[in-house]
Amino acid sequence: MSLDELYKEVILDHYRTPRNRGRLDPHDVKLERNNPLCGDELELYLNFDGEDLVGIAFEGKGCSISMASASMMTEKVKGLDVKQARAMAESTKRMMAGEEPGDINELGDLVSLKGVVKYPVRIKCALLGWNTLLEGLDEVP
Amino acid sequence: MSLDPEVVRKDFPIFETRMRGKRLVYLDSANTSQKPRQVIERIVEFYEHENANIHRAVYELAERSTAAYEGARAKCAHFIAAPSPRSIVFTRGTTESINLVRYSWARANVREGDEVLVTEMEHHSNLVPWQLLTQESGATLRHLPVNDDGMLRMDLLGDYITDKTKLVCVGLMSNVLGTINPVRQLADAIHAMGGLILVDAAQAAPHMPVDVSELDADFLAFSSHKMCGPTGAGVLYGRERLLEEMPPFHGGGEMIREVFADHSTWNEIPHKFEAGTMNIAQAVGLGAAVDYLHSLGMDSVRAHEMELTAYALERLNAVGAEVHGPSDVDQRGGAISFNVADVHPHDLATIVDQEGVCIRAGHHCAQPLMRRLGVPATARASLYIYNTREDVDVLMGALEQAKGWFA
Repeated sequence: MSLDELYKEVILDHYRTPRNRGRLDPHDVKLERNNPLCGDELELYLNFDGEDLVGIAFEGKGCSISMASASMMTEKVKGLDVKQARAMAESTKRMMAGEEPGDINELGDLVSLKGVVKYPVRIKCALLGWNTLLEGLDEVP
Repeated sequence: MSLDPEVVRKDFPIFETRMRGKRLVYLDSANTSQKPRQVIERIVEFYEHENANIHRAVYELAERSTAAYEGARAKCAHFIAAPSPRSIVFTRGTTESINLVRYSWARANVREGDEVLVTEMEHHSNLVPWQLLTQESGATLRHLPVNDDGMLRMDLLGDYITDKTKLVCVGLMSNVLGTINPVRQLADAIHAMGGLILVDAAQAAPHMPVDVSELDADFLAFSSHKMCGPTGAGVLYGRERLLEEMPPFHGGGEMIREVFADHSTWNEIPHKFEAGTMNIAQAVGLGAAVDYLHSLGMDSVRAHEMELTAYALERLNAVGAEVHGPSDVDQRGGAISFNVADVHPHDLATIVDQEGVCIRAGHHCAQPLMRRLGVPATARASLYIYNTREDVDVLMGALEQAKGWFA
């Protein structure tokens, strides 16, 4: 996928119309993380029902790749249990490291993020949300 | 003598390289500059004909290497109008030069209750060492504010430079805003209080004439790699009297006079500060870079950049970019930070890269300044001797394209 297609077809859609953007109040977990190198900032809110991730939302300022990836992430992991969400985050990270992601069908349109692998300095933008999620999942009450 | 960037460009082999099949438009010289053939060939010549360790051997080859290294020192002294090569210490770069002053002069002279003054626009390399020093010594670190035009609040100087201030640390030219700071005025103010001034000239030295006497600088630091020289070399200028009094920085070979089992005595300056085997070829390369810049003339370098900066500012304003820093080219250099509405600097840098354009996006090692400007990051195009109007035009085309994607 060319850069042009990557941006136009996937990234910009989520960047312009982010899903699950906002704050959850009350929330079980709130994390604030940033990418000091580029200034991307992200707040992630999680709500759990037992082991199930029943609520997720994000706020942030950053480049289109970081914000779009966070938006896609919230769509994918909402409703999963902690184990499934963690597995999906790990698969995404493997894919972005250029490794076999595992079950590619499971990732669905996240596969479009694979285009970012060609731009190594942008990979950490794409992973900001996912790394924050992994930390948040460790804090399940 | 005016400078023709198309002619200068031919001295830089890297411009024969195509980026994605297109002309390389290198607009990131504030990050690191490209290297002319004259510098590259000088380093090769050194390794092929002169390489030996310096100051340690009696044979002819070592005399050649020592002459090349010390010759480079003399060139650096001349470059900043320093009174003597003895006042020129070779380092790895500006960061090491500043840390040398921190560990050597400042540790011995800055105490609890004293103040160190930096500015809101300092590069991390002229901020973090002073955070560490003041935390360690119990001194207070203060920050001279920047106004909305990206200039220092000189009207507040009376509040910020007092008899408590031991050291003022200021960049001569901002790597983010391009601002040329009134260093002489700061020097006069701190000298009147009995303190010293350290000038970070990493961004200025490659782009404008620098004269340590005119600035009345006590210390001045710059890096080879931003001024056409290799990485791994830099300079700390210090007043001879200060360097004489200062304790050593690194301990080891070459910096000593006599070593006993339990103590040592120190070599004369500047060798007292040059422990271990230095980056000899890199220092020689820096000497060649100084020769190269002298052949162009620093006045011509500055004049070319003022003309091109004015053009770039005009074009950026025309496309509606928000440009940070002074608008008057008399008061600024060619490091131009800007934001384009709705397009994050990172997206901008990735998109213009498709057109072979290298710009930087991020915080430019100046996070406190980013907070002051109220932006998470900026895009920065920085101009040098090999940049042309065509380069600026290509950038503008790429910016229009990026704006189109996000429209």
